[in-house]
Amino acid sequence: MVDGNPVASPATVATAVLRLSNITKRFGALAANDAISLALARAEVLALLGENGAGKSTLVSILFGHYLADAGSIEAFGQLLPPGDPAAALAAGIGMVHQHFTLADNLTVLDNVMLGTEPLWRPRSDRIAARAKLVSLAQRFGLAVKPDAAIASLSVGERQRVEILKALYRGARILILDEPTAVLTPQESESLFATLRHFIGDGMSVIFISHKLDEVMAVADRIAVLRAGRLVAEKARTETNKAELAHLMVGREIAAPPVRAARARGPAVLELDDVHLDLRAHARLTGVTLIAHGGEIVAIAGVAGNGQSALAELLFGEVTPTRGTLRLNSAPYPRSPRAVVAAGVARVPEDRRVQGSVGDLSLWENAAIEQLRSPAFAQFGVLKRGAMRASARTLVAQFDVRGATHASALDTPARLLSGGNLQKLILGRALSGRGAGQQSPRLIVADQPTWGLDVGAVAAIHARLIAARDAGDAVLVISEDLDEIFALADRIVVLNQGRIVETRAVGDWTLAELGLAMAEKRAA
Amino acid sequence: MMLADLWQIVASDAFWIATLRIGTPLIFGVLGVLLCERAGVLNLGIEGIMVAGAFAGWFAVYLGGSLWTGVLVAALTGAAFGLLHGVLTVPLGLSQHVTGLGITMATTSLSYFAYRVSFPKLTEPPRIAPFAELDFLLPVPVLGPVLGAQTALTILALALVPLIGYVLYRTPLGLAIRMVGENPAAAEGAGVSVTATRIGAIVGGSALMGIAGSFLTLAAFNAFFFNMVNGRGWICVALVVFASWRPGKALLGALLFAAFDAAQLRLQQSSVGGAVPYQWWLMVPYLLSITALVLVARKAAYPQALMKAYHRGER
Amino acid sequence: MIRLEAREQASRTAVIVAPLAAIAFTLAACGLLVLWAGAPIGRSFAALIAGGFGSRFALAETLTRATPLILTGLAAAVAFRARFYNIGAEGQLYLGALAAVAVGGLHGGAGFTLAAPLLFIAMMIAAMLAGALWLAIAAVLRTRLAVDEVVTTLLLNFVVLLFVSWMLDGPMKDPTAMGWPQSVALIPELELSKLVERSRLHTGLLIALGAAALLWAMLKFTALGFEMRAVGANSAAARFAGIPVNATVIKTALFSGALAGLAGAVEVAGRTSYVTLDMSPGYGYAGIVVAMLAALNPLGVVLAAIFIAGMFVGADSMSRAVMVPTYIADVIVAVALLAMLVAAQLVRFRVRWTA
Repeated sequence: MVDGNPVASPATVATAVLRLSNITKRFGALAANDAISLALARAEVLALLGENGAGKSTLVSILFGHYLADAGSIEAFGQLLPPGDPAAALAAGIGMVHQHFTLADNLTVLDNVMLGTEPLWRPRSDRIAARAKLVSLAQRFGLAVKPDAAIASLSVGERQRVEILKALYRGARILILDEPTAVLTPQESESLFATLRHFIGDGMSVIFISHKLDEVMAVADRIAVLRAGRLVAEKARTETNKAELAHLMVGREIAAPPVRAARARGPAVLELDDVHLDLRAHARLTGVTLIAHGGEIVAIAGVAGNGQSALAELLFGEVTPTRGTLRLNSAPYPRSPRAVVAAGVARVPEDRRVQGSVGDLSLWENAAIEQLRSPAFAQFGVLKRGAMRASARTLVAQFDVRGATHASALDTPARLLSGGNLQKLILGRALSGRGAGQQSPRLIVADQPTWGLDVGAVAAIHARLIAARDAGDAVLVISEDLDEIFALADRIVVLNQGRIVETRAVGDWTLAELGLAMAEKRAA
Repeated sequence: MMLADLWQIVASDAFWIATLRIGTPLIFGVLGVLLCERAGVLNLGIEGIMVAGAFAGWFAVYLGGSLWTGVLVAALTGAAFGLLHGVLTVPLGLSQHVTGLGITMATTSLSYFAYRVSFPKLTEPPRIAPFAELDFLLPVPVLGPVLGAQTALTILALALVPLIGYVLYRTPLGLAIRMVGENPAAAEGAGVSVTATRIGAIVGGSALMGIAGSFLTLAAFNAFFFNMVNGRGWICVALVVFASWRPGKALLGALLFAAFDAAQLRLQQSSVGGAVPYQWWLMVPYLLSITALVLVARKAAYPQALMKAYHRGER
Repeated sequence: MIRLEAREQASRTAVIVAPLAAIAFTLAACGLLVLWAGAPIGRSFAALIAGGFGSRFALAETLTRATPLILTGLAAAVAFRARFYNIGAEGQLYLGALAAVAVGGLHGGAGFTLAAPLLFIAMMIAAMLAGALWLAIAAVLRTRLAVDEVVTTLLLNFVVLLFVSWMLDGPMKDPTAMGWPQSVALIPELELSKLVERSRLHTGLLIALGAAALLWAMLKFTALGFEMRAVGANSAAARFAGIPVNATVIKTALFSGALAGLAGAVEVAGRTSYVTLDMSPGYGYAGIVVAMLAALNPLGVVLAAIFIAGMFVGADSMSRAVMVPTYIADVIVAVALLAMLVAAQLVRFRVRWTA
């Protein structure tokens, strides 16, 4: 019994083609997988459902041998699987289609499929036989490919077919697909589902990772729900529905949003009007219209890869839209990172160690880096180190940045700070960056501001953002964390496949509705 | 006036003979760099490895070995230094740029040191009997006079081009090499060891670089001089980009370059050319190489994992 | 298989021990070479050390050789810090020397006379400009056309040497040199005076030390220095923070080329008085080793340059005492570079063996 729901027993334990027992994996203090036991029957599709960070990808990476589990064992077709060895997994008949394809763009389909399937020292590759086998597999399962096409020339859907064929070519009887439809058009997804039905008809088994409820209900025979590293439910498709699954995925009562005093919104600070942007596969915006006012927190909710990075890059000044307009306080939005900083926009980037800070530079240098040539910090090109350090000292005190291990705390290299303290530093730097004399309300853009942080740090960051809102600034938070969204937002906007699909005040959303809006596939 | 000189030069056998001669070490060298870079590793040790190959091969012959023994010794010398480069850059993850330069410096100075230790008092470098020309090829129609004036090493170089092409495109080993240079994660996922493949490719490529050097002392000249290699290694690095990492185009690039070099040598002697100081003519090869790099830079289809260290393990 | 794992914190002792361990390994490995040459190890190394540092004369000689090394070391350090691999310091040095002599030769010859001190300053500036602009070519090729600067700067070295050779054969030839390719000599007023009597040590050393101090100060105290450090450490974060990355790379290249050009001018004005084709026994390339040994720190460059200069001077002396070829110094320097790279890597990373 799990969560009060009867667990559907895996169809005849005896004929399980795959059995995971007590798989546990920790990364530091975080338990990515916590004693997960699952069985997979022959000729069935098992869906692994869960939010971001629930542990789905970790589990299948362990299965395929990319990671080593800390505890637990795996049996494939009755034989114990040697852990941590992709070659052994392949030999045991397990094939994996990764979310991020492992294909060489400059080589052909046939090259990519053939790699590693012949003894290394054979004097001649038997390309003719390989090609014949590839073509026959493709025809048998309805996966049209051109063996001599370079990967770079293929569409995303075609590339995925190549990934699948790689596994089939090696005789996989268990196929793992990691978020396969994340990159596909609706038509391509339909085509994929048809292919999966072929596999099942052939006696293969499929593990299908997804967070999209429609697909899971369309294609799975059984559904295993993961949450925070644990297996919380296993249901046959016929015994459940989308609403129940959404509830199981999210699973808890989100703390009721704090009672908000009715507040008048300030003027429009950020205005996006019909913005179009096409950066790359998971970074597109289509016709986005959005307004953020002073004195409100707008949360952009959505599953990763639905346009959040494009929106962030846009607001950070790194790219400009192909169509549509952006305005900041009724003036055109600044078009370079430097201009955005000069305009007083406070930015908290998603990756605090790659974009947000220079690890080898000290705390005070990171605190000052955005304002380095401002009159307060430099004159005639010479740095006013005293002023910079004093400013950093204030920042550190105000924002409670701790963990400086150096004798002189400010000189600690940024890479030695914990995630939470680094984020507090970055936020403090962003919020302190207002130039003198700027009267209009400020825009604050925070991208996954509390990702990977402990409870204390999360509370501190949230308090700051709320305080900024109360002071009249416009705050835009992009987040995949529903707790955070409900804790902060005045208004929740859902981004799905590059479009705004729904905007409502926080009080007008239920959790299930939000989950559905984020996960449901809309007609293109 | 210039055109008449040019035509006279190009129409002569001597020009083509010189082209093949100048091109031979370049062919070996470019193929060597090509192997390394196809596997994703930049090997800037080539200049020094060529010096080491030149010295080691020549020294082996001087000590009494046959010419082919000398070539083998040069290849093994190159391979040994290639192994060093591979170990430092692949598992230890050192900067490929600086490691390569360090190896060039070390192998060059080591070669000069070894030479001086072996011949402390000589001012004139001792000579050996170099590879003989292939007189038996002279009767061949059209190409006979040109080919007959070459040595066996040149024929080896020319034969290596289709051989390397075959290995790269028609064998599982070649596919593995290309894959680790494009997407090492894909290779690892298919059960191919990125470390072993890369090191193997570097060792093989460096052996070719060693042979390139030995051509200079065993065929082109018959003694070992200081400053013999004179930047040929760097030129090979530039030519590989120009050749888009394909053996056939590499041969073409090497011969084209050699032709320009042979032409400028002769133009120096011509009436018009003689008016230009010889130093400007000698600059041509280097300037050409830079131009070649500039021309292809934007569209170069680099092996996608070139110069990116691969850290195996948790993604 | 070997796997590298980043250490959370590099211990301070490790940071200091690393270069010393590298040097120790180097001397041990090169001891093998001494043995090969048939010389007694103890006596050889004693001659090496004594020859480099053991007497007033030796020290003066070492410092003389260290002078251009400090400058080319600084050139490499400032460039490598921004991840711009300037391998062309050798060529920039020669161009700087040529420019210095060209300007210095203007005394009285251009129809106006300039006071010697002013002309001297003009010489130095011309040298720095020559080096800077020459490297700027490679820098622009990289920022605009994505052409890797390593091969271009290397190839340009050969071009410069040929150019200098032509100049010395023609336009800048010294007619009184009896056919020997060298430039006209600088007048004594334009030369650097001696620091130590009866030695070759000249005030150029002070210029080099000054440059090291200035570079250190620039990196630490100026906005540009901050930008250079940020771009070299993490260009993505630098760009995010609004630092203009490409412009910073170009400015770095200008500084680097200027320093190398200055090395040439200082050599000409201090040691040789005229430009010859062999005035630099590879100072440009040795500068890279100096920079790496000093972990790209400008003040460390001074120490590393003195060490390497000592090796060269000592090797000359050693070769006279025992029959060990002078090339051993080059080997020592190159092996030291590789050893230092490995040591630095082991300081930052732990090596793990996995099955």
